[in-house]
Amino acid sequence: MTAISNEKIPNNVNLSEDKKLQRALEQWQPNFLEWWQSMGPEGFQQRDIYLRTAISSNVEGWAHYDYVKMPDYRWGIFLSDQVPDRKIGFGDVMGEPVWQDVPGEHRNTLRRLIVTQGDTEPASVEQQRLLGHSCPSMYDLRNLFQVNVEEGRHLWAMVYLLHRFFGRDGREEAEGLLERRSGNPDKPRILGAFNEPIDDWLSFFMFTMFTDRDGKYQLLALAESGFDPLARSTRFMLTEEAHHMFVGETGVGRVVARSAELTKQDPNGDARKLGGVDLPTLQKYLNLWYSLSLDLFGSEISTNAASFFAAGLKGRANEDKHYTDHKAIEGVYPMEVPKTGNAMQLEKHEVAMRNAMNEVLRDGYVDDCQRGVDRWNKTLEAAGLSFRFVLPSRRFHRAQGIFATGFFSPDGAPLSKEQWEAKQSDWLPSAADKTYVKSLQAKAVVEQGKMANWLAPPPKGVNAKPVDFEYVRAEA
Amino acid sequence: MGKDNVVENLASFETHPSKYKHWKLSFAGEVATLSMDVQEEGGLRAQDYVLKQNSYDLGVDLELNDAIQRLRFEHPEVRCVVVTSLKDRIFCAGANIFMLGSSSHPFKVNFCKYTNETRLALEDASQHSGLKALCALNGTAAGGGYELALACDEILLIDDGNSAVSLPEVPLLGVLPGTGGLTRVVDKRKVRRDQADFFCTTAEGIKGKRAVEWRLVDQVVPRSKFPQVVAERAKALAAQSDRPSDGKGLVLEPLSPKVTAEGAEYRFVSLRLQPKDRLAVLTVRGPDAGPPADASGITCDAWSLRAFRELDDALLRLRINHLDVGTVLLKTEGDAQKVLQWDSFLEKQKGHWLGREVLHLVKRSLKRLDVTAKTLYGIVEPGSCFAGSLAELLLAADRSYMLDDAERPVSIELGPLNAGALPMPNGLSRLATRMLGTPGKVKEILAHTGPFDAAAALAAGLVTFTPDELDWDDELRVAIEERASLSPDALTGMEANLRFAGPETMETKIFGRLTAWQNWIFQRPNAVGEKGALTLYGQAGVRPHFDMRRT
Repeated sequence: MTAISNEKIPNNVNLSEDKKLQRALEQWQPNFLEWWQSMGPEGFQQRDIYLRTAISSNVEGWAHYDYVKMPDYRWGIFLSDQVPDRKIGFGDVMGEPVWQDVPGEHRNTLRRLIVTQGDTEPASVEQQRLLGHSCPSMYDLRNLFQVNVEEGRHLWAMVYLLHRFFGRDGREEAEGLLERRSGNPDKPRILGAFNEPIDDWLSFFMFTMFTDRDGKYQLLALAESGFDPLARSTRFMLTEEAHHMFVGETGVGRVVARSAELTKQDPNGDARKLGGVDLPTLQKYLNLWYSLSLDLFGSEISTNAASFFAAGLKGRANEDKHYTDHKAIEGVYPMEVPKTGNAMQLEKHEVAMRNAMNEVLRDGYVDDCQRGVDRWNKTLEAAGLSFRFVLPSRRFHRAQGIFATGFFSPDGAPLSKEQWEAKQSDWLPSAADKTYVKSLQAKAVVEQGKMANWLAPPPKGVNAKPVDFEYVRAEA
Repeated sequence: MGKDNVVENLASFETHPSKYKHWKLSFAGEVATLSMDVQEEGGLRAQDYVLKQNSYDLGVDLELNDAIQRLRFEHPEVRCVVVTSLKDRIFCAGANIFMLGSSSHPFKVNFCKYTNETRLALEDASQHSGLKALCALNGTAAGGGYELALACDEILLIDDGNSAVSLPEVPLLGVLPGTGGLTRVVDKRKVRRDQADFFCTTAEGIKGKRAVEWRLVDQVVPRSKFPQVVAERAKALAAQSDRPSDGKGLVLEPLSPKVTAEGAEYRFVSLRLQPKDRLAVLTVRGPDAGPPADASGITCDAWSLRAFRELDDALLRLRINHLDVGTVLLKTEGDAQKVLQWDSFLEKQKGHWLGREVLHLVKRSLKRLDVTAKTLYGIVEPGSCFAGSLAELLLAADRSYMLDDAERPVSIELGPLNAGALPMPNGLSRLATRMLGTPGKVKEILAHTGPFDAAAALAAGLVTFTPDELDWDDELRVAIEERASLSPDALTGMEANLRFAGPETMETKIFGRLTAWQNWIFQRPNAVGEKGALTLYGQAGVRPHFDMRRT
């Protein structure tokens, strides 16, 4: 039992006493490391990187900084502190004590929820594995790796639940998480959005802004779960997820700031002429990633979501703070729904509240995204530009849910297929746009303190270090 | 829809001829006579119904079953039993309609299942023990009364211009004859289906010459000649029997389990209830001693006999008294080698009338397990003895869990009785039914000598899952909890479908087809709604109102 120790695997789940968990991890951990070596960030595995590691769940312990080689990163297992006498806060079993073990009745459903959540974590590492070669700065390179190792830790968090509570099936699912591959047609990742490569940094920032924010809302909903270990696990993950969204929001924000600067410098107001990303192209990337991320919430009208809620498995974000009716049996959610047989026409439906739980969660997400967009627009305003970013309608460019069969403009107007095809490249990045954005990143910028031309430097460095700190050491 | 507040629990499922209220058993050499004389006020819930016209309830049938069993064990000299009635002009009017009307649905279904098992036991006695049955219909046999006659080898009907045989359930009650009647009419007596169709829709039934022509009875006999012909036919049937005239009967002593709120304790069987989990643990203990030298040494305490009689009694208790129990964990305790010794003994002694009786009793108890509407999980733990006849429990289970722990190894072992001596209702061994997809495996598994450890048992397909010591508790807990959350109706239907793969027999048709339809009809408004036929039965002049759409 060399690899499995409290020292190597920081944890607050009593790993040293838990034979079941030890046995499972002995099997799984070598496979995880093998996966990390072959599917993790390419080209930087032997570099010392200034990373944050969680070594305990308390305030001092969860953000410990030091140089570490990624394969030696101490992926730990942490649950947020147990809330004494916690009760289930919603659904049909509201008010009953939370479950410390998986109720047999919900085993399969919970396993599916955990596996679906868990699958996104290694998937995003796989999607981003080549980005190191085109990084816009050493600071950003380090942030990418921080995100990557933490996605790895989130995988560990979900694998812990599978190992600890789901027996042999759980162990098999944990292996499956290492066997699926993003973009592999034979064994793809579960959710479609996680099978597209992220091979440029603008997409990476958009992904961490929009797609990781879906993750935040899924975690918030699971943090309400009546299955206490899942709730505690996801609550701890949320602290890390906040950093990923920081990377996304400030990353896009720095591109916005630089694009605004270059727009003003260019006599024709075209940032592209000066080697930056023009604002309309930024809007197109926003449209793409925001709409892809909306899909991840699932269908607007969902019996699955209703039964998860009814059973006390998955609540709403901040169930306790934001809602008074935790049973949600009576209420309705008014929704505009495409007419059967004619997606061009919308009609008002009153959807039973429980069936609209995905949409309720999406509402919170949309508001959260809007706050980020508002901050970017302040930058534009301060620069004296009239251009403003806008979140497109929820109906725009959807592949999941009730709008997936129709075509809609960014302001939500129904379109014919021909109208959509004619306008598509005005709203979503065209092949030429993508080629251009990638051309800006043809060469990695890795000198300490230097920034690529297309984005602004961050206002400050990591952990009170300067921006030109040596975040990634040269190969020894 | 049935009443839910009636007390239908029974303190005991055992009885004895000295305690019979409804039957008389008399003996004359190789012929015994079993006469129905139902006491009208003697029903199990006498306050709710009167057992008029030799109509019956569960109490009547428990006595019938006891009588058949005792004829087999205690009276080897009896080669033919005459089933008749002591009431004038009426043989039996079938199950009591007011009893059915005032019973809960689960009770009705379990009552029906039990009466079916009793009639099958009568046929089993004829087929396998040479105890032939002659039904002497000295009066009308209606519904369940005629179904009882159908279970006999031969039917004589008195020809008095009045007595008829009938299955009036469809025209009178809007339900089915639920005790094998429809199946046996066409399948056993091979009545032509169009004639059967007419017969089953004619409330007054068929009498006289036509009853013979249509194969509904074997002979009609004038009143004056009736006793004589009955005696002649009984003698003729007795002549077909191989029962010994000099056999010494074995008295079946009462099992007298100790019954408490926690369950029931028998000598070799424990039934322990866990009401919170809607669970029961049914443990069968292996023998504490080896078998006697030959069948003449079999006593009432012989392990195979006693243990499987106890299992049978415990199953009835579970079915009737513990409706809330959804899942039964089947466990064993003891010495596997001793179980196999008893099995080999029975295999060797099956030519002896008593050895044969014990073997078939083991078979019938296991069949009762097969058709028990509870989820059955086989649990193979340290200290268990799932060998031979007890391994059948594991093969009867809906799924099974075997501990795989190097420190505390457990095993399963098969023996001579697993190869077909203890068939399921479908006529196949449980092993053959299990391996329908890989028939070659049956031989291979039976050729295996010695025990199967967990890995071997899993590979052979004898168990479903083999969790190790770390997973064991959780896997079991989750499997039990998950089962408890599913619809009990859907589970009953699902299990019954999955258990009986392979060929159809009259038995599988009765349990799988007839009773399934009957239970559906029993729930329908056309039978039990406010204006349903069963509800309105006996209310003169009020006609039922049907939803006329065919399903």
